[in-house]
Formats: sequence, structure tokens, C-alpha cells
Amino acid sequence: MNTAKFSLITFAIGAAVFAYGHWLEIGYLFFAGYVILQFIVLATAWNILGGYCGYVNFGSAAFFALGAYSSVFLHKFYPLPIPALIVISAVVSGVVGLGMGYLTLRLRGAFFAIATLALAVVLQTLIVNWDYVGGSRGAYIIRPETIEIAGFTIGFIEYLFLLMLVLAVLALGTARVIERSQLGFGFATIRDDELAAEASGVPTLRLKLIATTISGAFMGMAGAPFPYYIGYLQPSSAFGLEYAVNSIAMPMIGGTTSWIGPLVGAILLGSLQQIATVTISSAVNLLIVGLLLIAFVIIAPNGLVGLVEGWWRAWRRR
Amino acid sequence: MDFPFELLTNAIVAGLLLGCFYAAVTAGVSISFGMLDIVNIAHPAFIILGSYIAYIVNMSFGVDPIVVSVVMLPAFYLLGSAIYQVYYQAFEKRGQESLRGLAFFFGVLFVTEVTLILAFGVDYRYVEAAYIGPSLHLGVIDFPLRMLVPCLAALAMFGVLHLIITRTFIGRAIMAVSQDQLALQLMAVDPIRIKRIAFGISIATTAVAGALLIIIQPVEPSVGREYIGRVFAICVLGGLGSMPGTLIAAMLLGVMESLTATFYGPSWAPAISFGFLLLTLAFRPAGLLGR
Amino acid sequence: MTALLHVNNLSKRFGGFVALDGIELVVEPGERLGLIGPNGSGKSTLVNCICGTERNESGSVHFDGQLLDGLAAHQRTHRGVARSFQLPRPFPSLTLADNLRIPLLYTVHARLGPLRSAGDLDTRCGELLKMVGLENKARHMPRDLTQVEMRKLELARAMAAEPKLLIADESMAGLSHSEIDDILALLVQLNERGITVILIEHIMSAVMSFSQRLAVLVSGKKIADGKPADVVRDPEVVRAYLGQ
Repeated sequence: MNTAKFSLITFAIGAAVFAYGHWLEIGYLFFAGYVILQFIVLATAWNILGGYCGYVNFGSAAFFALGAYSSVFLHKFYPLPIPALIVISAVVSGVVGLGMGYLTLRLRGAFFAIATLALAVVLQTLIVNWDYVGGSRGAYIIRPETIEIAGFTIGFIEYLFLLMLVLAVLALGTARVIERSQLGFGFATIRDDELAAEASGVPTLRLKLIATTISGAFMGMAGAPFPYYIGYLQPSSAFGLEYAVNSIAMPMIGGTTSWIGPLVGAILLGSLQQIATVTISSAVNLLIVGLLLIAFVIIAPNGLVGLVEGWWRAWRRR
Repeated sequence: MDFPFELLTNAIVAGLLLGCFYAAVTAGVSISFGMLDIVNIAHPAFIILGSYIAYIVNMSFGVDPIVVSVVMLPAFYLLGSAIYQVYYQAFEKRGQESLRGLAFFFGVLFVTEVTLILAFGVDYRYVEAAYIGPSLHLGVIDFPLRMLVPCLAALAMFGVLHLIITRTFIGRAIMAVSQDQLALQLMAVDPIRIKRIAFGISIATTAVAGALLIIIQPVEPSVGREYIGRVFAICVLGGLGSMPGTLIAAMLLGVMESLTATFYGPSWAPAISFGFLLLTLAFRPAGLLGR
Repeated sequence: MTALLHVNNLSKRFGGFVALDGIELVVEPGERLGLIGPNGSGKSTLVNCICGTERNESGSVHFDGQLLDGLAAHQRTHRGVARSFQLPRPFPSLTLADNLRIPLLYTVHARLGPLRSAGDLDTRCGELLKMVGLENKARHMPRDLTQVEMRKLELARAMAAEPKLLIADESMAGLSHSEIDDILALLVQLNERGITVILIEHIMSAVMSFSQRLAVLVSGKKIADGKPADVVRDPEVVRAYLGQ
């Protein structure tokens, strides 16, 4: 199935969910759905660098927050419609990803991972001390009740849901295209054996930079609408630990070798967390995610997708 | 303008005292990352665990936190050995340590922090001991005992570690493992066992570091995260696996943080260590005294 | 005639250990050079420095008239230097055919420009696998291979990059006599097509029959360089490597 068909089908599924919620006026569906779609984007973005290339990024929150704070900055400086904000956030986060990659990707993967942690803290400290975007006091963004699109009036949260849906389709489509392309092949060799890849003529640094830029850009895009979703943005929520953990846990639990893994991981874990936060507590919910991450990483290195593939192969062999 | 000599001197002294403490915190990572090439980013989580254990015993029985930590050394050592065993079986053996090993330690860091939040909440905890409060005064310089005692204890622990590494058989085996695993195997020494012992020692140091931490400052579960950057910044800057380098780098960082906090405010302090780390990684990954 | 490869006063240390000390080596286009020496003498380090996997501290490497110093390993592969690794390093998550596709896509394409169709790539992979006798295992994974088959894959992958200079680093270890002959025949065939070959081996019979010239490395220094028959009679070589 080619990418155009894939994108259409995915979008259609999302649109069906949208229609369901819209006609039956289930507001909660959009709030929860937005979060899950956001995680699909984050998990997919993380996986492009982490699963495909083998370079772990602990600082997903940094890129996410960069997107969010770009929106806050522009909201105060020169308000723009959200799609424009998304594009700008993509550029900002992408450039930061590129810069950081250029500084650290010539070193081993472990150093890159530590550097991403450092980046998150440095950025958070900078933002906390930057009063124009609210600093530690936070920033308010009043979101309108409704918005008019192409003659239709829909709730603003429904609009945000649609935007995130488009982003999710875009992210999944990009991951899928990369996977099947020469680029994806190159990524796999970097993950498998970087030294041998270089010896075979793969320009590893260039490919890693491409991966970091794309990954960072998508994370920034996921963050751009966030201030509008949440209404009141504090550094602690933008840089929250749940972004770092979930960006890693969802692909690792879902499966890192294909675009399906992050999708499965995001939907499953995202839904689980929505339920747990409401029924138990948000701390316990994060604990469960952490424990699942450890368990899966040890027991099922190829995630749920890997498990299913293994069962499928075993079933066909009998 | 009145040059703030007194302020400056005290900031530097405080920085040096703090730096010695940072060296104790980093000593374990010097072993696990510098020598064993294991990126244990959960190291600070164990330190916080040590802090909370010291807190509980101190609150319940009034025992001095440093004493508690020494008693806890064997338990932490065993914890470290067990974790290495899991890490080795699940990741090192399969060559998966760069991706999944890292994710594993991240999970451990995370789970530890959240468990502590659930158990103790996010309030700051502190211990009580005779030396928390009073200060030594030498001229214009203040030596708060709250900083001085941990500094001395840290130097002592650091010294003991250095002796173990350089003088004992196990210590030299650990250095050998970091240089040439194959040669070690050919000499009929099981490198896995050596690494397990080394990692156990690495985690054992966190018991002491944790007790020292809660003497110096009040502790709550997320404090560990600030230390990730510090610890790896010092480790890299000091040259991986070099104990003297670690000490120098730690003191340098301590002084820089202290000066920044004094003259620009404490909210900038976390950025210093992490910024340092980024710069070091970008421009001088071999460290100050690196090979 | 300008040399294809000119290693000029190359030195490399690891901390205090001197791995290579002022190595001078010239390889003419189309030559078959044998490189021998005891384990640990620096042969693989020399290969690494030529190919860019390691950086030499002093001295230089010229290839095809251009300075290689400062170039990344993949750029040197693009210029026409290919090597097989002493300990095979296949890409574990790719099939054998895909393992060969990588150098085809990233080196041969990079050099030639126009994209080949998927069919062309498949054909070429098949040819390469056939040359090393692995055509039946095209869809297998490297973990299913024996050590010997992995060495052949290593060689095939180096060949896939269509190099001007092929450095075969101990590709024959563990092979049977007939397999050694097969590999030798293959290397001679490549050489006849114009590829310069440096053969690093311990199997003296293979080295002697293959090499037009023989160089000997001991403890990081080159102690002999000349006709094979002369070199093996050199007393220093006998003492240091061949034995009494």
C-alpha cells in the first residue's frame, strides 16, 4: 500500500472518531484523544532517532517545550494561526536538534543520550528565567470557545484534535516512508554497526543529523498547540517528566523496528494512563509506565510488535 | 565600588567544600561509566534512596546519618551486584546496551523517583545532627560544619576508593577490565565477576553520598535529576575513570556553581553543570586530564 | 607511474603504547601486496588508519594522488578504498542480500550518480553472493551463517563497493584448503580486472602464492619489503615471525 493510500486510511479513521465525538457531543473524547494523538507524534518522532538509528534521546521534553514556548512567545509578540505556529515550532525545534546533534553525534551514543538530558535542563533553566514568556509564574493563553473553519463552526478543542490528527498522520507517514527508503536502510546500519556502516560508504554523521532534525522537528510540532490546549503553561508542565518517559516507553513497549510500534505503544499506554490518572492517581500511573518499560526492555526487546511477529512466525512453522 | 572580597572568598570556599561532596557523588560513576562503560543514569536515584534511608533511621532512632550510611554499605553493594547481573544478562550479553540498557536505567531512575514520591510525598526532608547549624570561623571565612563534615567524609571515602583501585587485587583487576577484557580472561579471571564487584562498589558509594547529601541540603525525590548532569559533567571533564581528574573537575564545578549562585542567583545553578557538560562533550570529550 | 597508495611515515599510539612507528608503504596500481607479521604487530591498525576507522597522529596517507587525512571513513570508501574486517561485522538485522545492498546504494551510487532500478540491485547482489558461494543464502540472516560463511560475506561486502584497492584482513582464517584456493582464485580474478589487493594473512602458502610483493610488520615497524622469495629468507623476518 503506498503512502497516499495509507495516509488517507489513517486520516479517515481519525475523522470517523472525530465525527462520532462531534455528533454525540462527547467533549471528553477530544481532550483525551488530543493527548493520545500527541503521544503518537512524540513516540513516532522519538523512534525515528531511537528505534531506527539506535540513538537514545532523553530530552524529548526539551523539544516539545521548545514548540510550546515558541507558541507562547509568538502569541505575545505577533499572534498567528496555529498551523503557522506549528510550522515555526518545527523549524525552531529542528534547528536546535540539528545544532545539538552536530555538537554531540560524533561521539558515542551514550554521550549523545547524556547530552539530551543536559539540553532539557539547560532549556528549562533558561525558560524559567525568561520573564517575557512567563518564567516560573507561567503564561496564560485564553483559547476561544469555537472557531470557524471553511464555513463550519466547531469547538476549539475539536479544532485542536483535528490539527493533532493531521500531525499524527504526517508523523506516521514520514516514519513509514523513511522505513522503506534508502534512508531507512542507512539508519538500520547505523543502529546495527556504525563502524561497518562507515566502511561500506554510509555517511553516518549526515544521516544521524537528518534523523535528529526530523525527530526534533516533529516533537516541536507536537508541542506547538499545547499552550492552547492547556490554557496555562508552566515550565514544569511543558518540561514534565511524563514526556521524556512516554516518548521512550511507548516505542520500546510497542516495538522499535517499525512505525507500528510507536502507534501501538502510544494508543495502549496513552489510554491506560488516561484511565489510571482518572481512577487512581497520576503518580501511580507514571509508576506503572516506568515498570512496564523496565519489564518490556528486559523481557521483550522487540516490543509488542516483536512478540506478535514471533507468535505469527511460530504459528506458521507448525 | 567595594569589591566584595569577603563574598567572593566565602563563595569560593563554599564551592570547594561542595566540590569535594560532588567528587564523592561522582566517584561511583567514575567506576561504572569511566571504567566499566556502563551508562548508569540511575546513579542519582540510588543517592536519593540513600538519603531517604538515612532520613528514616535518623528520624526514628536519632542515629548519625553518616553512621547509617556505613552500616548500609553492604546492602547497597548487594543491590548494585544484583542490578549488574540483570543488566549483563539482559543487555550486555546481547550487545544491546546502547539502546535498551540506557532505557533500562532510565526506567530504574524513573521508578525509584516515583516510588519515593508515593512513599514520602514531595515535601523536603532533612536530618538532624550535632554539626548541622554551627560554623567554624577563620578570619572572614565561614566554614559551615554542615558542609565541612560532609566534605571531610567525602574526601575520606574518595581516598579509600582510590586505595582500593590502586592497591588491591580487585582494584587492579577492575582497571584491567576497563582496558582489556580479553587479556583478563586469558589470565583466568572472570571479567563478569570483576565487573559485578565493581558495579556493586559503585552503588555502595551512593549510600554514603546520599547521607552526605541530606546533611548538606534538604532532599525531595526530584533532586536526583539535578545531579545527573553534574555527575556526568564531572566524569567527562575529569577524564573517564581518572580519580584525581574527577576530584579536580568536581571542585572546579563546585566553585563555578557557588560563584554563579552567589552573584547571579540560585535559579541559574542547574544550567551551569549541564551547560558545562554540553560544552565539554562538544569540545573536549577527553576531559581535562584525558588520555 | 604514480603509486595508488602511499603511506608516508605513519605513526599511531594508543595512550603510551606505540602501535605504528613511522610506516612507509607504497602500493602500485594493480599490485598484489601481501602483509604479514605476528599478532599485535599493527597490521589491523594500519588498515584502520588507511581506511579512516582510526586517525593517525603523524604521517599521511595518499590514495590515487589525493590526501586521505581528515576524510571520514565513508568518504575514503567512496574514493575507492574497501576493506573486510578481521572479525566479521555483518549487519545483523539485514539479510545477506541487503547487507550487500548497502555498499551498492551508498558507495557505488554515490560515485556513479544515476539510480539503478531495484532489479539491477538484486542482480548485482546475486552476482556478488555467487562469487563467494553464498547465492543460496541470499535471504538468510547473518546469525544463520557459519564463521567461514561470515568471512566470505565480509569479502563480498567489500567487493560490493567496487573498490580500486581492496584490503582483505585475514579473510581466510579457518577455511579449508579448497576454500582457501577458491578465495585466492577470486582475489586473483579481481586483481586481473584491475583491482589492487592487499592481502593480510597468516597462512603462508596463500600469501606466497598470491603476492607479487611482501611486506612484514613487527611491533609497529616495517622490517622488510620486497620480493616474497627474498623476504622469507631475510634473517630478521625469520627471527621475528617465521621462526627457526
